[in-house]
Amino acid sequence: MSLSITLTVNAVPRTIALDDPRVTLLDLLRERLDLTGTKKGCDRGQCGACTVLVDGRRVNSCLALAVSLDGAEVLTIEGLAEGEVPHPVQAAFIEHDAFQCGFCTPGQIMSAVGLIREAQAGDDPERVREAMSGNLCRCGAYKGITEAVLEAQRRLAADAEEKAA
Amino acid sequence: MNRFDYVRPATVAEAVAAAAQPGSAYLAAGTNLLDLMKGGVMRPARLVDLARVPGLDAIEALPDGGVRIGARVRNSDLAYDPGFARRFPAVAEALLSGASAQLRNAATVGGNLLQRTRCAYFYDPASACNKREAGAGCDAREGENRLHAVLGWSEQCIATHPSDFCVPLVALGAVVEIEGQAGRREVPLEEFHRLPGTTPERESVLAPGELIVAVRLPGEAAGFAGHARYVKLRERTSYAFAVVSATAGLRLEDGAIAEARLALGGVAAKPWRVPEAEAVLRGARPGAEAFRRAAEAALAEARPSGDNAFKIELARRILVRALTLAAAGTPERLPALPASPHAPHPGVSLHG
Amino acid sequence: MAELASSAAHVRHGSSIGQPLTRRDGQLKVTGGARYAADNHPPGMLHAALAVSSVARGRVTGLDLEAARAHPGVVAVMTPENRPALAQDPNDKSGPFVFRMELLQDDTVRYVGQPVAVVIAETLEAATEGAALLAPRYAAEPVSTGLEDGEAFVPPAVGVGAPAEVRHGDVEAGLAAAARRVEAVYETPAQYHNAMEPHAVVAAWEGDRLSIDTPSQGLVMAVGRVAGLFGIPPENVEIRSPFLGGGFGSKGAISGPQVLGILAAKLVGRPVKLVLKRDQMYGPVGHRAPTRQTLRLGVDGEGALTALHHHVRTASSRYDDFFEPSGSVSHTLYASPAIATTSDAVRLDSGTPIFMRAPGEASGSIALEGAIDEMAAACGMDPLEFRLRNYAEVEPTSGKPFSSKALRECYAQGAERFGWSGRPLAPRQMRDEDGLLVGWGVGTATFPALMMHGQARAVLRRDGSGLVETGAHDMGQGAWTAFAQIAADSLALPIDQLEFRAGHSGLPDAGIAGGSAHTATAGMAIHGAGADVIARLAELAMTDQRSPLFGAGNAGVVAREGRLVRRDDESRGESYAEILARAGLDEIEGRGTGAMDQAAQEHYAMHAHGAVFAEVKVDPELGQIRATRLVGAFAAGRIINPRLVRSQYYGGMIWGVSFALHEAAVVDRRTGRVMNANLGEYHVPVNADVPSLEAILVDEVDPHVNALGIKGVGEIGITGSAGAVANAVWHATGVRVRRFPIAIEELLGQP
Repeated sequence: MSLSITLTVNAVPRTIALDDPRVTLLDLLRERLDLTGTKKGCDRGQCGACTVLVDGRRVNSCLALAVSLDGAEVLTIEGLAEGEVPHPVQAAFIEHDAFQCGFCTPGQIMSAVGLIREAQAGDDPERVREAMSGNLCRCGAYKGITEAVLEAQRRLAADAEEKAA
Repeated sequence: MNRFDYVRPATVAEAVAAAAQPGSAYLAAGTNLLDLMKGGVMRPARLVDLARVPGLDAIEALPDGGVRIGARVRNSDLAYDPGFARRFPAVAEALLSGASAQLRNAATVGGNLLQRTRCAYFYDPASACNKREAGAGCDAREGENRLHAVLGWSEQCIATHPSDFCVPLVALGAVVEIEGQAGRREVPLEEFHRLPGTTPERESVLAPGELIVAVRLPGEAAGFAGHARYVKLRERTSYAFAVVSATAGLRLEDGAIAEARLALGGVAAKPWRVPEAEAVLRGARPGAEAFRRAAEAALAEARPSGDNAFKIELARRILVRALTLAAAGTPERLPALPASPHAPHPGVSLHG
Repeated sequence: MAELASSAAHVRHGSSIGQPLTRRDGQLKVTGGARYAADNHPPGMLHAALAVSSVARGRVTGLDLEAARAHPGVVAVMTPENRPALAQDPNDKSGPFVFRMELLQDDTVRYVGQPVAVVIAETLEAATEGAALLAPRYAAEPVSTGLEDGEAFVPPAVGVGAPAEVRHGDVEAGLAAAARRVEAVYETPAQYHNAMEPHAVVAAWEGDRLSIDTPSQGLVMAVGRVAGLFGIPPENVEIRSPFLGGGFGSKGAISGPQVLGILAAKLVGRPVKLVLKRDQMYGPVGHRAPTRQTLRLGVDGEGALTALHHHVRTASSRYDDFFEPSGSVSHTLYASPAIATTSDAVRLDSGTPIFMRAPGEASGSIALEGAIDEMAAACGMDPLEFRLRNYAEVEPTSGKPFSSKALRECYAQGAERFGWSGRPLAPRQMRDEDGLLVGWGVGTATFPALMMHGQARAVLRRDGSGLVETGAHDMGQGAWTAFAQIAADSLALPIDQLEFRAGHSGLPDAGIAGGSAHTATAGMAIHGAGADVIARLAELAMTDQRSPLFGAGNAGVVAREGRLVRRDDESRGESYAEILARAGLDEIEGRGTGAMDQAAQEHYAMHAHGAVFAEVKVDPELGQIRATRLVGAFAAGRIINPRLVRSQYYGGMIWGVSFALHEAAVVDRRTGRVMNANLGEYHVPVNADVPSLEAILVDEVDPHVNALGIKGVGEIGITGSAGAVANAVWHATGVRVRRFPIAIEELLGQP
């Protein structure tokens, strides 16, 4: 069976011939599109390492069939920075030492970007912690992660205000 | 994951026709189905993808004040829909206490109703499981079963239904709209899931190929909005299935309970509404004594299925807690830790 | 030269050591550019997937090879029948830490999750399904799964060759003479490392040369093991491991599945990638063994210990040896005239347990800290006061002085920051505004300051830049950054003038990244290599009449920011580049070694210490627990990078929370299967579980551990923390739970 889908991945439209409907979005990115920044930690929706944005929403790419996402826009960690300029979430993660081994980090960052877009947590650290709880970090960098999300959110808000002014 | 045929119908009728073929499964988000397929627990021959089926993703206000929720509405879209959350706050709280933000962004309403048990023996193809394979036996019965059912179980199956969402839904009298080759029918959610009995492999009243198209909440269900909570006990603060959970909705008149809606989660193969306990509360003054009587009534038939006797008392206590919180009034905004015992609850005191 | 070598031990002007630099690998890690093993994809690569056993003991009697081979895309199925030959029997044990592996040598099954075949296919999907289609059949045998099963025996050694019994003084006499006694049995479960990165290997053969991407905490050991198994010279094996997605001990020795990936590549003659599925990490890659620990304590009328007996029952696998050394903390922590630690073990049908972050110290600490807390309560003493009453001025079992021990300061600073002084003595006295029970607990943290053996190479180049290389491993602790800081100082260069290489088997052996010893070991090697190259450079300059340093002789020279200057007159000097240019050299090289100082070791007991204070809240009716606040104060000698060290402490403290409240393998006693072999039900803490953490870095200068004064920080954070949380649960509820993790039902007795 050959199935052709179109996906916009990191702002680049692509037509992808899939020889197998079993391919998940995660395995498509990692094994077929050479976008290995997105990580596979559990492959079962239980760790969040594979988090990407699909049509602007954070999801576990391990539990999405690529074929079913025909027409979607996908944003991965590789597409987040604007050229050499890191996204505020990326910068804040470095500054707050919000990772150690770095394996969960792309998922944490994409989840944080999704969280900020959702605009439900506000500046309440407890809401940020809850909303980031779908991303496990075995190294235990949670304190830095929460701080980084809050700071990046403030910066993005300030940038937006500046732009509006 | 086994190989399968993939079809993407364009209408409900096409979907129902496609799924009539034996071995078919509907694919909504896939957050549970793909997990099960990766584990070799489900091996459907054909996936009928609902991604392009129109008419399944609306949240519609109904003339009676109720709401009709399309089967493919995402958990988070429903929970964050301001109109919905205001009218059915316990449902929103339950939704937001489930899984993770990522999963809620994908998982659908219909999929939530149909999610399979978390019983480890069901998930382990090397274990005997009557639910996975009729007549195979039940390795949970004498196995690691401290989290298994205390109500409605049978010798053939002691698994629980893992949904949070379904618990307030069943309490509020939700109705499931089903489309099949024979046309459309409606089933109250309370009658939608089946208890295991001798056929634990049959989990719901859906006939093969039938499709959930929507879930409806009646207008009167919004009458509990002022006093409606969901409480969920977990082994970590977030991103965990319920050990037990409970919802309580109260309609108060002149300081007395005019009507109560109560249901438990994590205790049985279905979301467990407790009309006996609701009856106990009718006309009662809200308070610890009445709540405890209701809890006793709710668990009157409970019995351990293994190393889980503690869940019976826990279920009583969590029901009392849900009632206590509901009586105090639904908060303006859902707490930062939805449904958690560790969420602050100003104005409610816990007496120990 | 000696002077130059020692001068670099001191923080000086322009030092990188001690600076809270952000991670040098940070940019790579936040952009997805950091390449972990499974991110590699050499041309022509195939995917391999394991089929693993679902029984714990017996034989494989059949595999449905036809079904697997018929699956489209499947290229080969590797079984004992066709597995390429090895030069060594995987069952041979050439040393205590060469672990037996299951490499399809026969049809024997030793534990659930053991690989029984490998399917190699064109796609990951085909390999995975091919493995599922094999549907093994077994002749199963009865299994041992619990600490009560089978005959217990005294192992020949525990941990890394430590004695199974240590006796100091007369414990029975001490107990008999005690005014009060406490006896308590603590139980800890099997735990699995669960690094976020599953074990992965990408292997490519070219003739008898082997190129591998795989995460390793011990590159040179891995090379040796692989070379031995395949009968090829070690120099034919190249392993790249620039980043580990966490290790925690599970990537210390190369595991069976990693070797199977290499075998698969050999079988098919193409590069192969094999990545473990999450559930496959609950078997062949090690775990922390379960323990049941019996503690017997006696105190005199003043609350001073008269005796401490710590007995550990643990388990190894049926076919190999590793014994969790939980008694070790009792050798060190509290003063007592009589201390005994004893061990016995049973054999279970499980994979072989192995080092897991603070092996022995973590499991032993939670038990000892609990028992100490019980005794404090029995004496009616504040648990911190009780610990101070029994403060060990010298190491109790050996009688050696400590090389340094700022534990008093840790207690004081931690208690102050936490607000310990307001703590009511009796349990169940505190509630928060919502009526939740509140409890405060303390635990003492300890971990030995170890050193392995490591080497490094340093080069100064004619352009004035430096290169330092060692095969160090970055598991997340920050090796890329901390070693670069040490390297920059060792060469007296600004850090941006320094190239640092690590994570490759072709580099000098940095020693294993374990035992919290990596920074000290490889750090000292780097330090030595830098000193060596500076000395050689100084030698060039001081013997060259054209140099302003000529004849500096006895006064000596010192390195400062890319220059050598006279110690007696720092205005006289010249740049490295100038010296090299005049000597006509493109570069100059030095080498260094890091190793334990045996003499110092004989004279001193060397340990890092800390004090952890924990607050928990417990729902009085429902029993759900949350660790709402932790403050840890740690003294671990010289801190290379406080930003990264804090992160290490936070991580360790979260592991402590996890130990006390969350993680455990649920083992079906009939089959030996881990029924929660996933990350959904094997609970590790999520972000919301740890709302408040603080780590205080207590100053400590240790002149004996090594010239840099470095102890380790990677593991100590678990110790103390686990006990502090458990003790806080007692203080909140009045219920002393001695089985971990603390289960909700244990707290429901008293609403």
